[in-house]
Amino acid sequence: MSQKITISPVTRVEGHGKVSIHLDDNNQVSQSRLHIVEFRGFERFVQGRPYWEAPVLVQRLCGICPVSHHLAAAKAMDVIVGAGTGDGLTPTGEKMRRLMHYGQMFQSHALHFFHLVSPDLLLGIDADPAIRNVIGVAQNENFQALAVQGVMMRKYGQEIIKHTAGKKIHGTGAIPGGINKNLSTEERDLLLNGEDPLNAAKMIKWAEEALALFKDYYHKHRDFVDNFSYFPSNHLSLVRKDGALDFYHGVLRAVDAEGNKILKDVDYQHYLNYIAEEVRSWSYMKFPFLTELGKENGWYRVGPLARLNTADFIPSPKAQQEFEAYKAHTNGKPNNYCLHTHWARLIETLHAAEVIKDLLEDPDLQKDDLVVKGKRMPEGVGLLEAPRGTLFHHYEVNKDDQITMANLIVSTTNNNQPMNNAVENVAKAWMNGQNEITEPMMNAVEVAIRAYDPCLSCATHALGKMPLEISLYNNHNELIDQMQSDYTHTKSS
Amino acid sequence: MNKPIVATTSLAGCFGCHMSLLDIDERILHLIDLVDFNKSPINDIKKFTKTCDIGLIEGGCCLDENVHVLQDFRKNCKILISVGECAIMGGLPAMRNGLSVKECLDEAYLNGPTVKNHNQGKVMPNDEELPVLLNKVYPCHEVVKIDYYLPGCPPRADLIWEALVALIHGNEMDLPYEVIKFD
Ligand code: SF4
Repeated sequence: MSQKITISPVTRVEGHGKVSIHLDDNNQVSQSRLHIVEFRGFERFVQGRPYWEAPVLVQRLCGICPVSHHLAAAKAMDVIVGAGTGDGLTPTGEKMRRLMHYGQMFQSHALHFFHLVSPDLLLGIDADPAIRNVIGVAQNENFQALAVQGVMMRKYGQEIIKHTAGKKIHGTGAIPGGINKNLSTEERDLLLNGEDPLNAAKMIKWAEEALALFKDYYHKHRDFVDNFSYFPSNHLSLVRKDGALDFYHGVLRAVDAEGNKILKDVDYQHYLNYIAEEVRSWSYMKFPFLTELGKENGWYRVGPLARLNTADFIPSPKAQQEFEAYKAHTNGKPNNYCLHTHWARLIETLHAAEVIKDLLEDPDLQKDDLVVKGKRMPEGVGLLEAPRGTLFHHYEVNKDDQITMANLIVSTTNNNQPMNNAVENVAKAWMNGQNEITEPMMNAVEVAIRAYDPCLSCATHALGKMPLEISLYNNHNELIDQMQSDYTHTKSS
Repeated sequence: MNKPIVATTSLAGCFGCHMSLLDIDERILHLIDLVDFNKSPINDIKKFTKTCDIGLIEGGCCLDENVHVLQDFRKNCKILISVGECAIMGGLPAMRNGLSVKECLDEAYLNGPTVKNHNQGKVMPNDEELPVLLNKVYPCHEVVKIDYYLPGCPPRADLIWEALVALIHGNEMDLPYEVIKFD
């Protein structure tokens, strides 16, 4: 008898999610979907608001990496006020924003690795769900120090955000054309040489240790890590004009699974020439694709894995060294291994720590020239690399300074098709031909999603596990079995 | 004395309030000594397994599903706290309240610049798997009784910490003026 399995809620990000999996008569997966089940209507209700509100309004879509929305909107508004794109700001303006952004990248990546992924790695994918969370890690005496380290790395990144944006969550630092404060010498000294462990050098050291931890895990579980939800895809991200990894500004590049450039370093102000979105009836989240390749073949991945596939090098010494070892693993070709995203993310964490230290040592942060204005424009696009991937903001503004059009493609949306593929992959690998759905199978689906989107998981997952519910339905839609992730098991027919 | 039991949820919020709870940093390790967590994103408990002492609610109600979750919290928690502007007054998502749901959906799926030339079939999300949007976003106290309100967007970490400690010890707490005005 054919069955439908629902995993709900997978969790939220810019939305709640759930998974439905259909099994045919032979218990083979015939269809699987990740549904994003939340809708806000931002594109419409922001219309009529003055443009300078956008950076503080939009970030309230997502409190997990609000800095990304804050800065993407500010970058679009830079264009509107005639300050140009990215490189048009004063050195203080640009570097303060970079510091804010790399601080955000650092805290978000640390949160993801320590709070979300480490329970799976340290305790095991099939560990008892009651302890398979960061509290379980903290209460395990072998890992206690590590849990504290995760908490402090996040704290350090949040402190950077506080001193650049004004507050840790939903700050106001970036304004159209620049920034509203510089970094005082006291603030600089605090962040650069603060009391152990909250200083830049310690963060670099801890980032290196986290990377070593992952590599050690990888050497012990190579087959698992390599084979888990592998599939080839296109990859898209910003890169600096010279091809370097850059989270804040650059040109758009996409490569295919073989590494051929399919989007050749284009100006993102013209993103509409290259990117479109498909609407499907079963999800509130749209499906972006490269128009030239079409809906079928034009989808792509974004995020740490994609960024290290598009970038030619990393402009900081320690991370570059790690990057070379990482690239050697796939002979310089794009890496399409789902779980290597964690590896890539930790290399980026190290890079962020190195950049933070360099920026803090830069005297430009203490200068007073904060804002640039020029010829007022009717339209602007802001783009950057959020922790989870490329984030697009696009606005039109009328003569009365009111926003008349807003279009957002958030990182999670860019990964919509890849996450759906990952779910299908894992569902087939773990559930095909099985008569019973077990908790580790459900967690495997989560593990796949988690690799793409810290937000999708860290949302309900901030400290541990997202709640999951799997329901089995027969083909008349009658519930025949239900299972919850706290191991309660009910039979209803 | 048994440890007080705390449950938390995010309805139509941005998760920033939960992130602010995480911003108590090292104190999170003390928190696990002070309280037990029941249904919450921080663990695996999907359905209430016992009556809770304190329920923390982030976000208002924009979907039918949010209403069900909120009612469930009211039933299972002795004290409910609206945490942050979204729970208290709808917050940013309530900016859609002056508009029809259709206008918002049309903008996102039919008229936006990345969809308008690529959705000839005028496909709209309408699958049975998707929860239904309410006509407007409701603050929590319009749906169930709320006992306390913690202001801020998000309430700063110290405030959440102090409120929890005060409640656990049965003390009153001070809300200084600067945290009551909107931020
Ligand atoms: S109150 Fe602010 S921080 Fe909290 S959920 Fe709402 S928008 Fe996010």
